[in-house]
Amino acid sequence: MFPESPLIQARALTKRFGSFVAVDGIDFDVAPGEAFGFLGPNGAGKTSTMRMIACMSPVSSGTLRILGMDPITDGPNIRRRIGLVPQEDTLDLEMTVLDNLLVYGRYFDLPRKVIRERARRLLDFAQLTDRANDKVDPLSGGLKRRLTIARSLISEPELLLLDEPTTGLDPQARHLLWDRLYRLKQQGVTLIITTHYMDEAEQLCDRLVVMDKGRIAAEGSPRELITRYSTREVLELRFRVDDHAPLAAQLAGLGERIETLPDRLLVYTDDGESAAKSVADRGLDPVASFVRRSSLEDVFLRLTGRTLVD
Amino acid sequence: MITAPARRPTQESAHRIWRSYLYWTHIYRRTWRASIASGFLTPTLFMAAMGVGLGTLVNHHGSSAHQLGGVSYLDFIAPGLLAASAMQMAAIEGMFPVMAGIKWIKFYQAMLATPITVTEVLYAHLLWMATRVAMVSSIFLVAMFAFGAPRSAEVLAAVPVAVLTGMSMAVPAAAFTATRESDQALIGVIRFVVMPMFLFSGTFFPVTQLPAWLRPLAYATPLWHGVVLCRSLSLGDASWASSLGHVGYLLAFIAVATLVARRTFSRRLAA
Ligand SMILES: Nc1ncnc2c1ncn2[C@@H]1O[C@H](COP(=O)(O)OP(=O)(O)OP(=O)(O)O)[C@@H](O)[C@H]1O
Ligand SMILES: [Mg+2]
Repeated sequence: MFPESPLIQARALTKRFGSFVAVDGIDFDVAPGEAFGFLGPNGAGKTSTMRMIACMSPVSSGTLRILGMDPITDGPNIRRRIGLVPQEDTLDLEMTVLDNLLVYGRYFDLPRKVIRERARRLLDFAQLTDRANDKVDPLSGGLKRRLTIARSLISEPELLLLDEPTTGLDPQARHLLWDRLYRLKQQGVTLIITTHYMDEAEQLCDRLVVMDKGRIAAEGSPRELITRYSTREVLELRFRVDDHAPLAAQLAGLGERIETLPDRLLVYTDDGESAAKSVADRGLDPVASFVRRSSLEDVFLRLTGRTLVD
Repeated sequence: MITAPARRPTQESAHRIWRSYLYWTHIYRRTWRASIASGFLTPTLFMAAMGVGLGTLVNHHGSSAHQLGGVSYLDFIAPGLLAASAMQMAAIEGMFPVMAGIKWIKFYQAMLATPITVTEVLYAHLLWMATRVAMVSSIFLVAMFAFGAPRSAEVLAAVPVAVLTGMSMAVPAAAFTATRESDQALIGVIRFVVMPMFLFSGTFFPVTQLPAWLRPLAYATPLWHGVVLCRSLSLGDASWASSLGHVGYLLAFIAVATLVARRTFSRRLAA
């Protein structure tokens, strides 16, 4: 294999459930060592795509090659080399933290001694060493997630699939997880991450695709996407009205573009401060007004007309 | 990276089944004491109450001794109970742990993210069910000897027959469970399939006592074949021809159920 040949190559990749199309002919490549993201709202088809990559769900049509192999004929050989952190934890709650690692390690064809050695290191990595002999059930969501990640690494995978790794965790737990994932990336593990958090995508992904309704709406690095689909800054305005739509007309011409959301107006401009001044000059009196940098959330809004998290 | 020694694909697969099977042996380490204790308790209670207690009444009733083929009631029902308890236990093993694997704990999903395939996950679990039935049936046999029920050494062959009888229930139960969202229907299966089979498939009285129109139904149940074969092995009057017939029926039943289970498991777990 050439070093630059992709680790994953998908062409017209499609997943159907009966007549329902969950993934609608998507194309993407993932290069070795990259952190690649699928950003999209609920039902976008992220998990369906992940399960196909993990060779746990057959491709309906199109082609998919993973590590140069075909999931149809080489499922076990591919899975041997990838780690999966599923959207919903599949930890054995009745077992101890350590046993979860040991039992999982045996599913891969690893000698017990190697499993023990790795389990010890992974507990350390996941900062779970002092909980090694505790049952999993009472652990917090963040600890369980860290254990799931540790478990997925027991086979020392080249490719790690993370399906919404931090959904439902508090900010502190999320930052700790991000830190661990960042270290894995430094070690050369290729990461594929699905998320509906734009901050997570911005933090972790070198490159991502924005997914909506089974399709890819755009592809690029977080920076590229923001430059391409948004302005440098955004002015957010909130007024004391039930419906913000009629006010949009009065802001016409203030920025490159104006988005109307039920509870606020967004003015897209490269200079938020001067736009805010113009709002005051026009005699408008918002209850809240602030300027922020554009984010992937704005990219998503631009591409789909909807917000990511609702 | 650790490379596995080269194996042929079927060997690879067998090895993965074994690795998946290790999950069950691991879990069992937590419960084996209780399970062995209850393994002795159940047959002891049954044989004491039905074989000895009820048997005293039955044996003194002239015509019933004739119906039972001239053997004591204890000798009659002990091997029948061996098959019937194997069936009952296997039904439960084929249902709730499968539901746990799919939904409650999701250990199937955990295995499927590793090199193990759906069919291998299924086979490993079926193998474990067979192991459990073999253990419980062996304990049952020891209890039978304690009561002096077996009349022939051929009774030793009744343990594998009990395993086949159990699996003829466990495999369809697992296949069915993989199509369910909750255990509600499973409780219905126990009430309306397992219990009637337990009571009316020749364990407690010969099927000839049933109304004529019901008998074919009883003969069609795998349990009847298991009960009749275990009984004739215990009484020492088994013929090769009928024994092979019963075993063949049980094997065919298991084979068809396994094909169905492969389908329902794949649909459920690898959609
Ligand atoms: N096994 C299935 N059978 C039928 N429909 C399914 C199945 N799995 C997923 N779907 C449907 O496919 C669509 C995409 O689901 P998927 O889980 O891939 O989305 P997602 O992007 O992961 O969403 P979420 O953020 O909620 O996890 C959804 O509408 C879902 O209902
Ligand atoms: Mg999902």
